[in-house]
Amino acid sequence: MSVDLSALPVWAAIAGSVFLVLGAGLTLIGALGLARLPSFYTRLHAPTLATSWGAGGMVTGSMIIFTAAAARPVLHEILIGIFITTTTPITLMMLGRAAVYRDRSEGDARVPPALGVQEREDVQLAMPPTSEPEKT
Amino acid sequence: MRTAFRRAVPYPILTVSLIVMWLLLAGFNAGHGVIAVVVALGATHALKALGEASPPIRNWVAIPKLIGIVLYDIVRSNIAVAGIILTGRAMDKQTSGFIIVPLRLRDPFPLAVLAIVLTSTPGTAWLDYNSSRGELLLHVFDLVDEAHWIDLITHRYERLLMEIFE
Repeated sequence: MSVDLSALPVWAAIAGSVFLVLGAGLTLIGALGLARLPSFYTRLHAPTLATSWGAGGMVTGSMIIFTAAAARPVLHEILIGIFITTTTPITLMMLGRAAVYRDRSEGDARVPPALGVQEREDVQLAMPPTSEPEKT
Repeated sequence: MRTAFRRAVPYPILTVSLIVMWLLLAGFNAGHGVIAVVVALGATHALKALGEASPPIRNWVAIPKLIGIVLYDIVRSNIAVAGIILTGRAMDKQTSGFIIVPLRLRDPFPLAVLAIVLTSTPGTAWLDYNSSRGELLLHVFDLVDEAHWIDLITHRYERLLMEIFE
């Protein structure tokens, strides 16, 4: 879909550009954070700028510009936003849990111990010692 | 009547979402409408065969409220996190840290929604969840007051999610 940008109404050009620059700017800040932040866990937060309002801003800008250019509502970009929002937790959780697992097994004191470990030990202690199967 | 409808349309929300998605991508006209309905019903019946449970939504009114709150919080925390990165405050002062949040939610659906909310809000990262104790390990970017964050999650999100789902 090609758009003649000079034929866009002024309001659409301005509103679209504002959202586009906002989204791109937030994504850039997220990328900067990813490069500059000191630890893995703080770095985990930086890309969420890009997946929330970074992508949201670009999607909104695209919707405004293409709606004005096509003179009918163009809304399918919103699906991009929805799918990014619902799938980001999966990768983020996998990365986060892998890092937590690594740091715990290395004995890093800054990471809290495994949730419910106490309970699991209690369960093991409460279990009767394994005995030989009785012969009948 | 109701059971007949449930049998014909096993997942009403998913069916409507799939139809809307198809129409958004392919264009709004009668022909695509028919294909969209066929595809959506086929897909939901395939899912039914897999035995997936339908999300137990009890209170529809609270959903727009939750969406509004979350969108507002995402904007606010975007500004906060972007500010911290740009000013470089996080580099020289260690303000981020872990918190453990006790959750009352147990159902997978509200927990999944909570995971999406916490992940898409910059500044909080879901790390680990213990289902037998209902404890959630979070990493918070700007951890000034631990009680404030626990209060935010349990009162602002969890209560609404419980209203919607349970």
